Amino acid sequence: MNDTSQSFVKFEKIDKSYDGEVLVVKNLNLDIAKGEFVTMLGPSGSGKTTTLMMLAGFETPTNGEIFLDTKPISKIPPYEREIGMVFQNYALFPHMTVEENLSFPLEVRKISKPDIKEKVQKALDMVELGNFGTRFPAQLSGGQQQRVALARALVFEPRLVLMDEPLGALDKNLREQMQYEIKHIHDRIGITVVYVTHDQSEALTMSNRIAVFNDGVVQQLSTPDILYEKPENSFVAKFIGENNTLNGVVREVNGSSCTVELDGGFGMVKALKINVNEVGEKTQLSIRPERVSIDNSISDSNNFSGKIEELIYLGDHIRARLDVCGNNEFIVKVPNEGSFNHKEGDELKLSWNSEDVRALDL
Amino acid sequence: MPIGDMLFRSVDDSQINGVFPNTFNEYKKWDKEKDVLPPEEVYKALFEELAYGEKIQIGRALTRMNYSKSGWKSLIKTTSRQIKKAVKKDELPNNYKEFLISANEKWADPTFWYAMGQMVNNTTPIYYWNALDRTYDQDQNVVMQDEKRRIYIKTWIKTLKISVYVTIFCLILGFPVAHLLANLPLRYSNLLMIFVLLPFWTSLLVRTTAWIVMLQQNGVINGILVWLGILSDDGRLQLVYNETGTLIAMTQILLPFMILPLYSVMRVIPKSHMRAAQNLGAKPATAFWRVYLPQTIPGMSAGGLLVFVLAIGYFITPELVGGKDGKLIGHWIAYHLKTTLNWGLCAALGAILLGVMLIFYWLYNKIVGIDNIKLG
Repeated sequence: MNDTSQSFVKFEKIDKSYDGEVLVVKNLNLDIAKGEFVTMLGPSGSGKTTTLMMLAGFETPTNGEIFLDTKPISKIPPYEREIGMVFQNYALFPHMTVEENLSFPLEVRKISKPDIKEKVQKALDMVELGNFGTRFPAQLSGGQQQRVALARALVFEPRLVLMDEPLGALDKNLREQMQYEIKHIHDRIGITVVYVTHDQSEALTMSNRIAVFNDGVVQQLSTPDILYEKPENSFVAKFIGENNTLNGVVREVNGSSCTVELDGGFGMVKALKINVNEVGEKTQLSIRPERVSIDNSISDSNNFSGKIEELIYLGDHIRARLDVCGNNEFIVKVPNEGSFNHKEGDELKLSWNSEDVRALDL
Repeated sequence: MPIGDMLFRSVDDSQINGVFPNTFNEYKKWDKEKDVLPPEEVYKALFEELAYGEKIQIGRALTRMNYSKSGWKSLIKTTSRQIKKAVKKDELPNNYKEFLISANEKWADPTFWYAMGQMVNNTTPIYYWNALDRTYDQDQNVVMQDEKRRIYIKTWIKTLKISVYVTIFCLILGFPVAHLLANLPLRYSNLLMIFVLLPFWTSLLVRTTAWIVMLQQNGVINGILVWLGILSDDGRLQLVYNETGTLIAMTQILLPFMILPLYSVMRVIPKSHMRAAQNLGAKPATAFWRVYLPQTIPGMSAGGLLVFVLAIGYFITPELVGGKDGKLIGHWIAYHLKTTLNWGLCAALGAILLGVMLIFYWLYNKIVGIDNIKLG
């Protein structure tokens, strides 16, 4: 998949600056294979939407080149790129009915009337809005508008579909439902999708691969599971999923692992060495809450204790906020097996495997 | 209420009925088929009402009578004098008919008597006919006025024509400005907005006279054109005191009324629509034509209607820069209101103006739909 020779979309050394001083996208290199569902995930202002707009042709890269199907596309105007796009607020044309909205891209391509009718109906059926063709967008609910926008982006059989936070305006339930629907449509027609969102759970649900953006730079590009389990830097670790952090200084490096002395003299932690290099370097340790055990059984070297600050009952598990080694935002998820009978203020024994602790940059 | 009063005045004829109640009563009994002239009773009633009526009231009635047929005024005046003389001497005539005819032979002219027929009712359409250059002939048929007295139809057509032109020019000039206003960065659009609103803060008179300065034969525009060599010195354009001047000045003065509704509509059209259209394969021109323009229709129609309605009744500007040719119907309304004091005709002109506007509203509602108007 990462082989550049067969990449369908290729960003090569892309820089983008609006004012000639600040780069909003810095040296972006990204390859997307045909049929892939790639999400660009990041906080607002991280450059993900700008990247998408460069791909759609509404922004031009300051440096570098974008290739689509091995051809450079920087000189091609947006209306000749054959790229479908779902906009943040759908951008349905309010003065046209649903059918007219869907016919629009076909009409400008001078497709014959009967063909248009057939394709429009097919696209509407695909998003299960077969009977809504004569309505105006304002007469549809948010979810239905979303589907129309999706159908419109697909109806002219584009080479690639871009989606710019398409579910941002929907409520939570509808959003989750639409996530599955978009994913199913992607699976069914096998089109390449580039998706932009700031919602990590959305990214994890839908994508083949996720590019995490921060500050104009791709922090990590991986499949959802690797991104979650093996974040390569502290931004990714914090941005994806829940994460406990402990700060310290590297005291010993031993192949792929290292030993870190925690700040404040709370002891030594054995961890995987990810992006620290030398002894004496400051580091941030990252541990997922579900990888922390509340007894001493699983580890030889990483045994600590923490005071319970807060307990939240969540049915299937109990969420405990602890004060561990000077961090009082330390979260532990305790499976609700019926044997947990501690109160707030109690001391808990904790341990974790050194493979589950990642020593990252600070 | 004022509108109701105006509509009432445009058909009201009760004033004259108050002066000659008996005459008109007797007049109605006259069988025009049988007798050439009205019966003796009519002459008697007229004699008495002229003899004992209030002078001021009669004077007013005369003005009204002259609208129906010129000549009434002098006829009644000479007759009155004779009647007064007779009454003073206490010599009431035996035959009123003969007395009146001897006082002024026009009383034997049936056309005057026919013309009286227009006045015997409490309401009259005569003002409306006058406002459309029509009058009654001696057989009480509605006919066109004399060629040289026809002014209103010409003015109506000119008023409509200029209003339509002003609306079109405002649309052509206002659309790009509104588009810029809606799409420029805030810094520039605020500045532009001030330029658009500046005229509102300047007196209408100042702006109009400024146009006179600009447009007159020795004015700024002609001066520049001559200086540039585009015009020769004796070929200076006549830009003011005619229709051209009215058109230019009114377009400038009414332009903000077009820009503001357009702007408020354009401002809320998401920029993503043009992008979406291009993304879907439409060239920028197509995207503009099929996606942007249709969405501005509410603003165009609101602005267009506003400008048109204002233009059709505009007074000060055409009065000042219009000269002889550029005067619109508002001029005649003011003229009859202040100079001739023919309030009936004045009200009829106003009522027709109102009617024309209502027709346009109705047409507009049929074509675009009144719900489509959007001012913000």
